[in-house]
Amino acid sequence: MENVMNYVWAFVIGGGFCVIAQVLIDLTKLTPARILVLYVVAGVILTGVGLYQPLVDFAGAGATVPLTGFGYSLAKGVEKALSERGLIGAFLGGLTATAGGITTAMVCGWLASVVFRGKPKG
Amino acid sequence: MQKGVIQLKHKPSILSVGTVGGKKEHDGPLGKMFDHIDETDTFGMPTWEQSESEMQRIALNTAMEAGGMKIHDIDAIFAGDLINQCTSSGYGLAGFDVPFFGLFGACSTIAEGLCLASMLVDSGKFDRAAAVTSSHNCSAERQFRYPLEYGGQRPPTAQWTVTGSAALILGQHDKPPYITEVLPGRVTDKGINDANNMGAAMAPAAIDTLKRYFTQSKKSPDEFSAIFTGDLGYEGSGILIDLLRAEGIDIGRVHHDCGLMIYDRERQDMHAGGSGCGCGATVLAGHILPRMRELALTDVLFVATGAMMSPGAVQQGLTIPGIAHLVHISMSEG
Amino acid sequence: MTNMDDAAYKKYAAKRAAKSNLAADCAKAFFVGGLICCIGQGLHDIYTWLGMSEDNVKALVPMTLVFLAALLTGLNVFDNIAKFAGAGTLVPITGFSNAVVSPALDTKAEGFILGVGAKIFTIAGPVILYGTLASVIYGVIKYIVGLF
Repeated sequence: MENVMNYVWAFVIGGGFCVIAQVLIDLTKLTPARILVLYVVAGVILTGVGLYQPLVDFAGAGATVPLTGFGYSLAKGVEKALSERGLIGAFLGGLTATAGGITTAMVCGWLASVVFRGKPKG
Repeated sequence: MQKGVIQLKHKPSILSVGTVGGKKEHDGPLGKMFDHIDETDTFGMPTWEQSESEMQRIALNTAMEAGGMKIHDIDAIFAGDLINQCTSSGYGLAGFDVPFFGLFGACSTIAEGLCLASMLVDSGKFDRAAAVTSSHNCSAERQFRYPLEYGGQRPPTAQWTVTGSAALILGQHDKPPYITEVLPGRVTDKGINDANNMGAAMAPAAIDTLKRYFTQSKKSPDEFSAIFTGDLGYEGSGILIDLLRAEGIDIGRVHHDCGLMIYDRERQDMHAGGSGCGCGATVLAGHILPRMRELALTDVLFVATGAMMSPGAVQQGLTIPGIAHLVHISMSEG
Repeated sequence: MTNMDDAAYKKYAAKRAAKSNLAADCAKAFFVGGLICCIGQGLHDIYTWLGMSEDNVKALVPMTLVFLAALLTGLNVFDNIAKFAGAGTLVPITGFSNAVVSPALDTKAEGFILGVGAKIFTIAGPVILYGTLASVIYGVIKYIVGLF
């Protein structure tokens, strides 16, 4: 039962993050790029003030998969590097913790550009 | 004293036309009007910019063929498009050994070309001149919006760039239809900075041009069988009709917009309608002129509108200047 | 028109402009966004069940989602899902993946160095820049606060 609830909360919280962004898109002139920047920075700040970790514990992928979760990973990475290496960790931790996603996107992007071609919009 | 409406004494003839379209245009309500269609939208070329150039080449060749002309029968080409430095026209028409004038009037370019070509033919400087324009949805998306595979939602006021090209060849007074009057547009900017609502950005220019035309000519809209705007779409057309009515000019009964004619907005999910240099141009050449030759329409005002912006200007927060050129086309000698 | 200044016209045009269907858009975003997060949760559980370390699972979940979104982008499917889902595909890390892959696909015509290489981050670049910047600022503040 606890397992099922993990999915329910992942769905609800993850979907909720998307609804907030959708409201911003429909009601303001904010472009998608601005909204994503807002989400990542908000993720870093919310983690810094200690609000995001409880949400991750509660909703799992519902909190880590949205781009606020990317900010959460950046902030967590910095925290870890700070504790291990001091001030220099502020510059090393963020991208270390998020390297998987960024590198995969770069590699897949490059490979896709070799293999595929864009088509007219459907 | 500003010249205003320019009467063409000798009434140049529109001798022949050629039209080219893509898949969505072929699927639309006017799908049968095109001389050439490519369901892949590539026209056999490796990049979208080259596809667009190829469309211009096909359109001009088709128009020449239809008029039984060879390339040296044409004295000048007036051509333009939306792509940086009008490269679709420059590259597309590079193979034709004809004096070339590159124009930029955004989506109004076909009317700009017709204004210049008809005035110069009327004055006898040229015997025959061609007006050519194109737009391609994929090259326009790349330049003005997002990559083709980028996942985003278009707001309901956004318009869809038409994949299409048309060429019209004008000559000395012969058979109808004739171009009898032209009214070049003035750059009009009423402070709209939303690139997703071009209709609202362009409508003030159309209002300015039509108001000047009816004031100076002392004619009324109902003397025309139809008034066609180029690509004001749903938003711009509504603004045009309502604000002109407030000025005492009622075009509601005779107004049509090429951007609303070329697609089925509901079925094809086209939001506010079509746009682009190829929109007004293909509808004029492929639909309006044939209807005139059948005498279903006799006197027509064709007002193509353009939003003369660039992505950089919009990012700098600048507002979008609009323009609207008017061409009066008639089947009668008088 | 003559008696309407720019500000009044802008207001007039905005007022009459067709509006998005907010409720329907939000429902679609909620459904698709929630579903993608559940897929993330599923991947998390599968990788954990396979006996992977927590650190590796944490890395592999976003990597898998990025890969899947990249594949769907290449197959010309992602943009059609996004047209329906709006923020539902934008906000999950799938949106980041699409923002990297789609310019890469699009700029191949300009070559692999100045096209793909230079323009791959035209859309996603700001996310990486400002995310990293925010994390560095956070780290420096945290370090200074820790000194006292």
